[in-house]
Amino acid sequence: MSRRRRLSLGQRLVIAAPYLWIAAFFLAPMLLVAKISVSQSVLARPPYRPIFQFSDSLAELWAKAQDFTLDSYRALVNDTLYVESYLSSLTIAAIATLITLIVAYPFALAMARAPERLRPILIGLAVAPFWTSFLIRVYAWIALLKDEGLINNALMALGLISAPLQMYATPGAVVVGIVYSYLPFMLLPIYAALERQDASLREAAADLGASPAQVFLRVTLPLSREGVIAGSLLVFIPAVGEFVIPDLLGGSETLMIGRTLWNDFFSNHDWPAASAAAIALVALLMVPLLLWERARLKEEGAR
Amino acid sequence: MNAPLLSINNVSKKFGAVVALENVSLHVGAGEFFALLGPSGCGKTTLMRCIAGFEAPDAGAIALNGVDLSGVPPFRRPVNMMFQSYALFPHLDVFENIAFGLRRQGEAKDAIDTRVEELLAMTQLSNLGRRRIDELSGGQKQRVALARALAPRPKMLLLDEPLGALDRKLREETQFQLKEIQRLTQTSFVIVTHDQDEALALADRIAVMRAGRVEQVAGPMEIYDRPATRFVAGFVGETNFIEGRLVRNSGAALIAEFGRIPCEPGDLPEGAQATLSVRPERIGVEREGEGIAGFVENFVFRGETTLLRVRVAENVVLRAAAGHGERYAIGDSVRLSFPPGAGTLLAEER
Repeated sequence: MSRRRRLSLGQRLVIAAPYLWIAAFFLAPMLLVAKISVSQSVLARPPYRPIFQFSDSLAELWAKAQDFTLDSYRALVNDTLYVESYLSSLTIAAIATLITLIVAYPFALAMARAPERLRPILIGLAVAPFWTSFLIRVYAWIALLKDEGLINNALMALGLISAPLQMYATPGAVVVGIVYSYLPFMLLPIYAALERQDASLREAAADLGASPAQVFLRVTLPLSREGVIAGSLLVFIPAVGEFVIPDLLGGSETLMIGRTLWNDFFSNHDWPAASAAAIALVALLMVPLLLWERARLKEEGAR
Repeated sequence: MNAPLLSINNVSKKFGAVVALENVSLHVGAGEFFALLGPSGCGKTTLMRCIAGFEAPDAGAIALNGVDLSGVPPFRRPVNMMFQSYALFPHLDVFENIAFGLRRQGEAKDAIDTRVEELLAMTQLSNLGRRRIDELSGGQKQRVALARALAPRPKMLLLDEPLGALDRKLREETQFQLKEIQRLTQTSFVIVTHDQDEALALADRIAVMRAGRVEQVAGPMEIYDRPATRFVAGFVGETNFIEGRLVRNSGAALIAEFGRIPCEPGDLPEGAQATLSVRPERIGVEREGEGIAGFVENFVFRGETTLLRVRVAENVVLRAAAGHGERYAIGDSVRLSFPPGAGTLLAEER
């Protein structure tokens, strides 16, 4: 069934372009990081060994390659700080993703059911925060959450609490920051999935005796599955490695891998350890993604 | 007709400034196969959606078995609909699509299995129960949609252009299947269609609609042979409209520009201007004789008959169907005869 056709040079170039792009700007840096992750940490500049040079002979290269070590990876597994950082990152990202989903779904539903001429305006409003700096928006949450911040002041003024609630510098604040920042990434894929649903499917379900709640659970929700999964991945994956939000909103005890990495890199100057942590993170996130993709392809193949 | 199962009384519906339904009254009996026929935009689909509960009439009432349906949401109406697009659930297989309505009624698992198998057999879909919807052909999808709508044993089944998406050959076969299934299930079927052949072929009675109003309600033969209005005569089947003046004495007839055509005068007065609708196959075509003289301007061979366009006056061309066997050529002289009762005098347009 494969219909092999000779591709023209132009067609080959067009197909090759995205691969070249990924090779140049994703794969090459990844390989550099991978190489540093198996290097040894030394007090020098740059702070690792071996360093290859174009002038090296083959024998020199071989000798230098003897310096490669998996020590950084071993340290990663044995160092409770890393293990805890990973677990804490995954937990915070998972909770934040779940809350983002719960907040975004009704919004997406309302947008998809809004009159057609209103929808472009609503999409515009959903992405409007992107016009301001991400950093400033996260910073603004400090003013809301801190002990003498807007929320605590308002609650105290209303007499609901007598002492300020500790919100700033907690894992909860990090979750709030992630939910707020990543909401559009959840909203838009779900909206896209809901918007293209055929309204007659809901009518058919109602016609067959499904109450509005049943129509939602049996038809609307299952048919938006792809959007929910896409949105959840778009939130969860960057949230695990998030650095800015935990740095600004999290307390010193809020461990997230992005911060631990930053500390190793810039404070401890242990580049190999930081690189190993980064590579491990990629592997950690890629494995479930690949499994999901394989299951999806299998399901499609079964059609 | 049986006692009316469905009563539609003086129903009106507007969408903004557009009148979709204007004072529509209809009654459909239990076990009847009823057709709403009309061109697109005539309000037939709106009427069907009002019965299903997807639209609420602005005025008037719809009652099922004497129970007023106003304010009853679609999911509480004992009426099911087969959608024009079929609206099958893509995330469920054939079996679960058909079982959907039964599961909502909370029936026992065994009863659901039995009922679904029964419907799969009736619609010739056995062995396809576990298929995904996107693996089905158009005809199979149509039958799943029918089985799904029939599964909860509705008092009335609404079918929105049920054969519209099928090709010509399959459509005829499916017409017989639909009729058979309707007979077996004893369910009232209300079909919406713009296809006059479909309505004539399937329905016990037809309501012809135009611009939100019902023009005529009658059996297929009566609709065809005795159209109530010019619109019905023109929309259902082919016809000739002959303008003339009515004379009542010495055998009623219409005096047209090209001759005298006998007709039933009804209650129109002597000398009234009137229109007579005559179907092409009711006009007799001879080479010579008594009839009105004309010559063949053009013809179309149709297998069973040959449709001739015969010029009988400077600006009057009549269509007449000549029987099989006779060959005509352009320019041939013919005589057209009008047996008594061949045509129907039409009321003035509103």
